[in-house]
Amino acid sequence: MGALLEVENLTVWLATRRGPQKAVDDVSFHVDAGEIFGLAGESGSGKTMTAMALLGLLPHAARTSGRAVFDGRDLLSMSAKQLRSVRGRHIAMVSQDPSTSLHPMLTVETQLTEHMRHHLGLGRSEARGRATELLATVRIPDPERALSAHPAQFSGGMRQRIAIAVALACQPRLLLADEPTTALDVTVQAGILRLLDRLRREQDLAVVVITHDLGVMSAVTDRICVMYGGRLAETGPRQDVLNQPRHPYTRGLLDALPHPEGGAAALRPVPGSPPPLGRVPEGCPFHPRCGFALPSCRTERPAPVLVGEAHTSACPPDPLGGAA
Amino acid sequence: MSVLLEATGLAVEYHRRGGPTVRAVDGVDLRLNRGEILGLVGESGCGKSTLGRAVVGLLPAAAGEIRFAGHPVAPLGRRRRPRQLRGLQMVFQDPYASLNPRRRVGEQIADGYLLGGVARAETVRRTGELLERVGLAADAASRYPHEFSGGQRQRIAIARALATDPSCIIADEPISALDASAQASVANLLVALVRELDMGMVFISHDLSVVRQIADRTAVMYLGRVVEVGPTQQLWSAPAHPYTRALIAAVPRADGAGVLPVELPGDVPDPARPPTGCRFHPRCPLARPECVRHDPPLVALSGDRAAACVLQNAGEPARPLGELDPAASPAQK
Repeated sequence: MGALLEVENLTVWLATRRGPQKAVDDVSFHVDAGEIFGLAGESGSGKTMTAMALLGLLPHAARTSGRAVFDGRDLLSMSAKQLRSVRGRHIAMVSQDPSTSLHPMLTVETQLTEHMRHHLGLGRSEARGRATELLATVRIPDPERALSAHPAQFSGGMRQRIAIAVALACQPRLLLADEPTTALDVTVQAGILRLLDRLRREQDLAVVVITHDLGVMSAVTDRICVMYGGRLAETGPRQDVLNQPRHPYTRGLLDALPHPEGGAAALRPVPGSPPPLGRVPEGCPFHPRCGFALPSCRTERPAPVLVGEAHTSACPPDPLGGAA
Repeated sequence: MSVLLEATGLAVEYHRRGGPTVRAVDGVDLRLNRGEILGLVGESGCGKSTLGRAVVGLLPAAAGEIRFAGHPVAPLGRRRRPRQLRGLQMVFQDPYASLNPRRRVGEQIADGYLLGGVARAETVRRTGELLERVGLAADAASRYPHEFSGGQRQRIAIARALATDPSCIIADEPISALDASAQASVANLLVALVRELDMGMVFISHDLSVVRQIADRTAVMYLGRVVEVGPTQQLWSAPAHPYTRALIAAVPRADGAGVLPVELPGDVPDPARPPTGCRFHPRCPLARPECVRHDPPLVALSGDRAAACVLQNAGEPARPLGELDPAASPAQK
């Protein structure tokens, strides 16, 4: 079976005062149907821009190169009109903050049925029936009554469930979830993560989860890709990347987390901070912060190399290779 | 151990025009010892930030009393803070909002020294020292906040709080707005300062795993009440309140095992209309019939622990909740 989404050599330039700057640099990955794929990284790593490029929602004057083949068609070469027939229909998005992604003045029903009536051509009562089902799917209590309510009448967790229901309205095959639980309490987050896991199992939905939270990654994803400075640092199955990381950046992110066993030991931060747009260093983008950097890391741009089954790391010196 | 900050029967109310009065904090007893880090956790809306603001005097108490180093804390008005309360300082969540964008970093830090009666010439030297102490260069004093990253700004905000030579810091989500790598380093800085300067710190956070790592004791709040408090390691390994257990089970672990966190059904109820009896009973998997009527007080257990739950008995060790479960395993849904 071919991949549902195949991204090849995606590069995104954003227009800045200092000319075009690469926000995403030669990124390739694939997502299968029914799979939860994680894009991890700190702010500025290019993970959100990757998602925006797939949806054709990049800022004005941004340029892209490469391919993003979804269901046999390249999203990057589509016209605005063609993209509109895909966006919201076959690919949907859930963003971090449900209080801004939902319209505050429209009822839940209007927001849920708009896509269905536009994309699927459903009539009012048909769309209403399906909207009720969707709210039940995402476990909103009393869906009939919720339809006539406004977003402000719900809590943050409930609003995010409604935003997911809106995204699912047209039975998309791919859901892009950008920090879907970052603004929520852990108790509510647990419910949303379980919901995503159920949807992928029951509806064969593919989900790209974008987050800096490696705990969330560990809970729901099948495969993880770690981005740094717009590039792929490491890609592989969840267990391999989190238990036997091969890229020093992945190792650093994991070491910076509080220990699962607690204790009085100090946290171990990754020294330095990620490079801002347009200031990504030559060679390996991580070399100024890397404890294993060699002189060659300053000049040679590292290519991803296979380090295990379906596990690649863009760190040719591979200092962690012997650790496993 | 001497008590540094103590709240007794503290209540804080918000009055909404045309709406009911909301008791965001409802009868909280809490103490912080010198040299201690107390973690304060709970879901959003539980009143943890309100409690933090009330104990430094930013919000008036509707009932109860707050004492800092023996002195009563009165709400701050427009007048300057009384001298004996200057040792009580706050660090806020958002370092983009808590620093004045139009004043140089050094001037903002020097305010604390000037209030303390330090000569202006002397403040320059001390400000430089303080900036180095929080991990910045001394010449940062002549720059403006926008020239710094979020983590660096939070360090500046911490330096500003330190300028009054405080003995107690209330930090309200001090690392939540920061990037992953900055979070760990700012948390480390706060811990190191508390230890070196023998201060006390209340660390308010929704991030339980960080609190577990740095707090000596942890207090768990639910709907305006403290439902459990105790030494962090014991509270984590054997929670005495079902809500504490639910919070811990909901934290995802980055161990690669692919275990979904356990969901706690339901939302935090409207604090204007709290449930009858135990406030947690509508969401509690261990609720008993009497929990609908009986509102359990926070009772002291042995081992410096306390919990507000009918399942626990005053003066006895905390009963493990696992053996009280009606169903075999709480992880099965």
